[in-house]
Amino acid sequence: MAVIQVQRKPLSLAERTYIPQVIGGLLTTIKYFFRPSETLQYPEQRPAIPPGYRGVPTLVMDPHGREKCVSCQLCEFVCPPKAIRITPGSVAQGAGVDHVEKAPQAFDIDMLRCIYCGLCEEVCPEEAIVLQNQFSMSGYGRSEMVNHKDRLYELGGTLPDKHFKWDKKKAAETGAGGHH
Amino acid sequence: MIQPASPDLITVNVDGKEIAVPKGTNMIEAARRVGVDVPHYCYHSKLSIVGNCRMCLVEMGMPAVDPASKAPVIDPATGKQRVNWSPRPTIACATNASPGLHICTTSPMVKECREGVMEFLLINHPLDCPICDQAGECKLQEQSTGYGRGYSRFIEQKNVKPKRTLLGPRVMLDDERCILCSRCIRFSKEVAKDDVLGFVDRGSYSTLTCYPGKKLENNYSLNTVDICPVGALTSTDFRFKMRVWFLKQTNSIDTETSVGVNTVVWSREGVVYRITPRENGSVNDTWMPDSGRTLYKQIREGGRLEAARVSGSVADLESAVKAAAALISGAKVAVVGSGRSSVEEQFLTRKLAARAGAEAYLVSRVGQGDNLLVSTDKNPNVRGALVTGLISELPKPSLGALGERIDSGSVTTVVSVGEDLLAAGLSASQLAKVSIVYLGTHDNATSGLAKVVIPTLTVFEKHGTFVNQQFRIQRFAKAVPGPSGSSDDLVVLSKLLSAAGGEALGADVGSLWPSIASEVPALSTMAYSNIPDTGLLLDSSPWSTLAFAEEATLHFKPAAAAPKEAPRG
Repeated sequence: MAVIQVQRKPLSLAERTYIPQVIGGLLTTIKYFFRPSETLQYPEQRPAIPPGYRGVPTLVMDPHGREKCVSCQLCEFVCPPKAIRITPGSVAQGAGVDHVEKAPQAFDIDMLRCIYCGLCEEVCPEEAIVLQNQFSMSGYGRSEMVNHKDRLYELGGTLPDKHFKWDKKKAAETGAGGHH
Repeated sequence: MIQPASPDLITVNVDGKEIAVPKGTNMIEAARRVGVDVPHYCYHSKLSIVGNCRMCLVEMGMPAVDPASKAPVIDPATGKQRVNWSPRPTIACATNASPGLHICTTSPMVKECREGVMEFLLINHPLDCPICDQAGECKLQEQSTGYGRGYSRFIEQKNVKPKRTLLGPRVMLDDERCILCSRCIRFSKEVAKDDVLGFVDRGSYSTLTCYPGKKLENNYSLNTVDICPVGALTSTDFRFKMRVWFLKQTNSIDTETSVGVNTVVWSREGVVYRITPRENGSVNDTWMPDSGRTLYKQIREGGRLEAARVSGSVADLESAVKAAAALISGAKVAVVGSGRSSVEEQFLTRKLAARAGAEAYLVSRVGQGDNLLVSTDKNPNVRGALVTGLISELPKPSLGALGERIDSGSVTTVVSVGEDLLAAGLSASQLAKVSIVYLGTHDNATSGLAKVVIPTLTVFEKHGTFVNQQFRIQRFAKAVPGPSGSSDDLVVLSKLLSAAGGEALGADVGSLWPSIASEVPALSTMAYSNIPDTGLLLDSSPWSTLAFAEEATLHFKPAAAAPKEAPRG
């Protein structure tokens, strides 16, 4: 292989003084002094969360304040890192929502294990577990990083319900003489 | 009911495959033999046939014969006998196979029939699988996936029926989920002989109820939950505890009585959630008593021994074994074995007794039986003790003989393998005269008095075999790990044996079985791994002179000291 020697072009006088290049660089810097700032002052300022964002998984109530989760444990089953742990329980009779029959006794999500994949939300037949906007979780110990049922409902709040499936069921039970 | 040894075989054709089946086999069973699944709800192989779910509709054909001459009609195109297909479908459960019968389960008509039946069944079935305990083992779920239309055309209101009805102390009914297959009714009437269930009202008002003033509270009520193809009948004990797809299934044996009911233990992460029967046509068919289903609760019950104790202070296993061996060697020893120990443990107990020069006793537990699946002998493995040679005659009703020997001073150390000696008939003053070595799972009066206490495992936490009343040796497997601090009975016994100067024998079933096979004549041709899941009948003739306590139960007749292979079906 032949080696071609390329001769570098000699620098001009202006180039040899460096002054035009330094001034050019300073101009670019000065330009940014007058532009609007791109930096977000986190945590005082928070980014806008796009729709469909997968934040911390939470449990939600329906607009009537009924906990939507019926502890079917499908999320526990589908969860790839096994972050979810549910202890199923039954709804006490006379609780007003006893037509639903089942609710979680305990519901723990280990946020040290959670990978925010959203499969739990996808698999939930009751639309009870939702990955919402909350994205930062911190704690002083491992136990603090496990979200228990109370914390999950506190994070989740109430979401609008499209179906009111169980209310329809209750209406059918109480209305029309209890049959048909 | 008893089938002849060589039943008349007839040839039927299922979806083009020829197979020989015994005469009287119905079409579902014939199809099952060639691996063709005919979906069904109301049919159950151990119950009478009602044919009310209509899910098993198939097409049926018979070889064509000339009506006048009865000569086969040959199809000129194929050169074979023509098949006259019935124009309408027939239910496979209630149609017995006849020679030359043709069954078609794949035709468009069969497919449409199944889709239609599924659609009717799903009309009023609540789609609340997320809260239904049957989900995962529900025939309706499986067959609507396998044979259903896949979408619903029903836009009207679903039926409303009573939910959360308690039929008895252990069974809860959800009438909305019931598909009226009547399996539970037939079971109560035919097997449990407690005819308390029935349908009332007509049409879509039909509901399953108990006869007024009665309850489904017989000791077999939970079998209705097992055979319910949907989630209509649920066990109050297991209801809403865990979804079945999380549970690991382990084959086990019901230790409640000497029937040796085959069971499956369902556990998750070291916790047992329920026990269900396992099919064994020679022992328990597909049934088990309710009383055996709660035995798993002993695992987590209070009073479980947590650490070895020597003279009341906590010790590790090695020093406890050493202390026990010191009590045994040179002393006048008696060994109280247990009819609840496995064959392997009884073998090691025998070895230990022989080493210590001790006489072995067994605690008798004779009680009430129900002539179905609860026998009068509440020890699951008395025959194992006979087979292994731990005892040579049946245990006496009480340990009076041992008590007399203690009183006379000819026994100074008693080794108890899991038996509460106070409950077995010895007095506290007698026990005060001897040093007691207690191997057991739970705290009791004897463990409180014992010099050395070594915690061992329950039947759910170890492997082993039992010999049931038919002299059928059956295996049980470890479902959950034992609690920390307790050791396998075999480990403790073999350590104790070698510490007492005996030979070093295997401390698990696999390594122990060669020694058992070489020393126990009845088991000489066997290996642990070769025992089939349904058990092996042993030759019981050496013990034919003994008067066993058992009365007749399902598939067992006491008069025949050598029980013959019971008929299937």
